[in-house]
Amino acid sequence: MFKATSRNPQAGPSSRPGSGLGSNPEVKINRRLSGSGPSSRYPYRLNFYERPPTMDITLEEFEIFAISRLKVLTQIHALLDRSLPPQQYRELLSSTVKQHAALSSNTARNVRLDEERRRDEVGHWVLRLAFCRSPDLREKFIKTESELFRWRFETDDAVEKQEWLKSLRFDWVTVDQAEKSLLLKNLASCLPKNANESQVMGDHYVKVPWYTVPDLVSTRRVYITGGNAYVPQAYQISLVLQAFRERLGKALEMTAKSLPRMDEDDRLMPILSHLSLSFLTNISANDNNFFGEQDPNSEKVTADMVDALAVKHFPACQYNLWRRLKRDRHLKHYGRLQFGLFLKALGLPLDEALVYWRRGYGQTMSDDKFNKEYKYNIRHSYGQEGKRTNYPAKSCQQILTGAQPGAQDSHGCPYRHFAPEQLQQLLVEAYPVIQVGSLELREVMDSVKKTHYHVACTRVFELTHPGNVKKGEGIGGGNMVNHPNEYYNKSLEYEKESKGMAEPMQTD
Amino acid sequence: MPVPMPAQGIGHCHSAKSPEVMLAFYRRLFPYKPFFLWLNQEHVPSRLFTHREFAFTLGESTYVRYNSFNNVEDFKKEILRANPTRFEIGPIYNVRPRDRKSVPQHVLRPELRELVFDIDMTDYDEVRTCCSGGNICRRCWGFIAAAVKVLDQSLRDSFGFKHLLWVYSGRRGIHCWISDRHALSLTDDQRRSLVQFLEVVKGGKEVAKKVNVRNGNDIGPLNANIEHALDTIKADFVRIALMDQNCFAEEKGTETLLSLLAVDRDTADSWRRKWSSSGVSSMDKWQEIMSYGAKLMKAGANSAAFRKFSNSTEDLILQYMYPRIDAEVSKRRNHLLKSPFVIHPGTGRVCVPVEVSKVDDFEPTAVPTVGQLLRELDRPAGNPAVKGEDGQDEARKLEHDYERTSLKPYIDLFEKHVTAVMRDNREAKKVVQDSKVSLDF
Ligand code: SF4
Ligand SMILES: [Zn+2]
Repeated sequence: MFKATSRNPQAGPSSRPGSGLGSNPEVKINRRLSGSGPSSRYPYRLNFYERPPTMDITLEEFEIFAISRLKVLTQIHALLDRSLPPQQYRELLSSTVKQHAALSSNTARNVRLDEERRRDEVGHWVLRLAFCRSPDLREKFIKTESELFRWRFETDDAVEKQEWLKSLRFDWVTVDQAEKSLLLKNLASCLPKNANESQVMGDHYVKVPWYTVPDLVSTRRVYITGGNAYVPQAYQISLVLQAFRERLGKALEMTAKSLPRMDEDDRLMPILSHLSLSFLTNISANDNNFFGEQDPNSEKVTADMVDALAVKHFPACQYNLWRRLKRDRHLKHYGRLQFGLFLKALGLPLDEALVYWRRGYGQTMSDDKFNKEYKYNIRHSYGQEGKRTNYPAKSCQQILTGAQPGAQDSHGCPYRHFAPEQLQQLLVEAYPVIQVGSLELREVMDSVKKTHYHVACTRVFELTHPGNVKKGEGIGGGNMVNHPNEYYNKSLEYEKESKGMAEPMQTD
Repeated sequence: MPVPMPAQGIGHCHSAKSPEVMLAFYRRLFPYKPFFLWLNQEHVPSRLFTHREFAFTLGESTYVRYNSFNNVEDFKKEILRANPTRFEIGPIYNVRPRDRKSVPQHVLRPELRELVFDIDMTDYDEVRTCCSGGNICRRCWGFIAAAVKVLDQSLRDSFGFKHLLWVYSGRRGIHCWISDRHALSLTDDQRRSLVQFLEVVKGGKEVAKKVNVRNGNDIGPLNANIEHALDTIKADFVRIALMDQNCFAEEKGTETLLSLLAVDRDTADSWRRKWSSSGVSSMDKWQEIMSYGAKLMKAGANSAAFRKFSNSTEDLILQYMYPRIDAEVSKRRNHLLKSPFVIHPGTGRVCVPVEVSKVDDFEPTAVPTVGQLLRELDRPAGNPAVKGEDGQDEARKLEHDYERTSLKPYIDLFEKHVTAVMRDNREAKKVVQDSKVSLDF
């Protein structure tokens, strides 16, 4: 009763997702002649995702498409949270969407429209499966998906948008001229400043039950009578969004009910769990493991350099481990692992690592003990012992959701695992630009309180690189911190940039 | 003159504080059947009743939530056993509230609920001059009456609701319960949006101008929905705020007017001087204000000066007369609200339905108390309180005890309302059924 229903026969319950992907036996042959142009499956850029994808999907696509969409959604979630000025918000959103979820309009040239749209569709459906399982996830998913949708709707080509709207066949009743002139004064009273009555007659109004446009009602932007809200063209996005949210909400609940059947597919479940875990911790899943190898571009780092790098470029988690090792001359297992792999990934070679750790433990440990127990472990983590696996450094997500630090441990993410007082202490110690009691520190602590740990960490990065990134730009391009080594690399990169810019000025 | 409202006329033995009195009320007078039908909307117990939360207050302060019942007999049995001092009605959950422990905590979720409103006299303390705090009299009831009329009209005409039940809260306020099917299923978001729409008077003690509904455009028109409301309350503003309550008498009143009206310094000063002698009534001041407005209009009905000024007078009227609802009560499905026909523990008065068309004449102090009702019951049966239409004593044997008391007209009113709710419910079901049949072809 509360949804803007669609008469689209394809939207009927029979075609609603059963077990999700590929449950629909329908076969469509794409009448695609060349590599571009819209096909019958994807005639429009905008999509309500009413039909599950019917084509075969490889496991790899399943994961890749989902991850790139997840990146966009986590970014949107973080952006929504940061109350940025609208202009900046749009720019940041635009760049993320372009990067990870581009969708072109029918008139675009040199684009494989079908491929783009398939990616979009598959990504959406995989995430549905991943995020239907708890009310929290569902809510977050709906919120971010509708924001993505809104952005696309607003940037869509006007003609294509109208066509698409028509294709959905909403149950919106168009208000005819006679009724408009009857209500003229009332309708005009709800228009923004400087609008006049002639505008009403020229506009395309629809009437819908008032509860389908709560956002317009709460701000009194519509005239309401007899239970109907009269919505001018400019606000019809509200209707579309409401419909989008409602349908998605219902579909997610249905998918949740049918999901247990999928549990048997042990190829998909690990991927889905991984995705949903990432989403809950507000971190986009990592699709690369290049940190397993040493970054070939990174310069060789020696044991002697670590201290200087630590104070300049380490994120809080690694800074903490570094100062712990210095102070206690010891780290427990998970701390050694987290810090050791981080150092490896930033370019500390094995021989230098052995030097660094030997020095780190200092007099508290005999050479004998070091050689017997610790050397092996270090070599092992460099893939030189045992199974010879080259272990990648831990990502934020792994750090945030992995083994929780016990009383004697120093690993983990300080934003998440420290008490607020300790965290503040650490931050002011590690980053001298952050002052006790400052507005900035409070902002960071606020994000922490809201469990947006990576937002807090990203904000600290911004604060400590004032010449390179502005508020809202994250570690660059609006990206959030999601790997300690990424944090480090970016920090180092900015330092070089700044130096590079400073040097020519010195030569007169 | 303020009329204090102690629980007048209740003899010690008939006080609402006495458990025996309450029990007698629940046993002999509470209208279980229409009450059940009102909530359930049909004869066979449905989820609207079985999955509904009832919260009991036992004694002074013990609060027992999440009671639920299979049918009205169970409900009555429990009321008579527990003998609550009052009880409240909550939402319909997806699980029977009393079984909530058998499911994981996050599973329990409110699904349906009447849309409810609460208007309380204390929100009018800054505008009424006759009483304050818990007191209420016929005169300040005028503010509530005006609010009821506006809200009722707006909920019906604008939002399209049909089944509104207004219930006196037993002391100094009034509740509204809306039982339309689509009111029941409004989400919290939708409820919030409606409440925000209706929150025209906003701001605490420190805010002088509490009406800001022109989106920052002080020469623009009001949203037509508010404009309609304004038309309804203009006359009440004159009658109540200006004449009866004399809200703008004395220096303080003058300053209030000057702070809310858009006039230039000189005009303000000249008024201040003119009105400094005591004895200038609110009505006199308002007439002065109106004739100033007329002058501005002559100079240019479309001038910004006139528009600004006339808008500020409109905003002022809204500030005094537009309903001041307790927004929190209406925003969420799981808010509990005191049931109709319970006894207000402080005053002993029954929470009775109020007819909107007669709300101006409603006399809060004339609402029967539980003590009075029980005394009426004690009267010999040969002398019934209720007369037939022709003024003769009813010859037939009275079916219910309440028919011999002054509670009768209120229960009649309630039953009439319930009948209408049930009729619509039946028709809605028929439509669904018919469409099912036609689908079978
Ligand atoms: S957010 Fe990531 S990089 Fe920042 S401190 Fe936590 S784990 Fe380290
Ligand atoms: Zn009074």
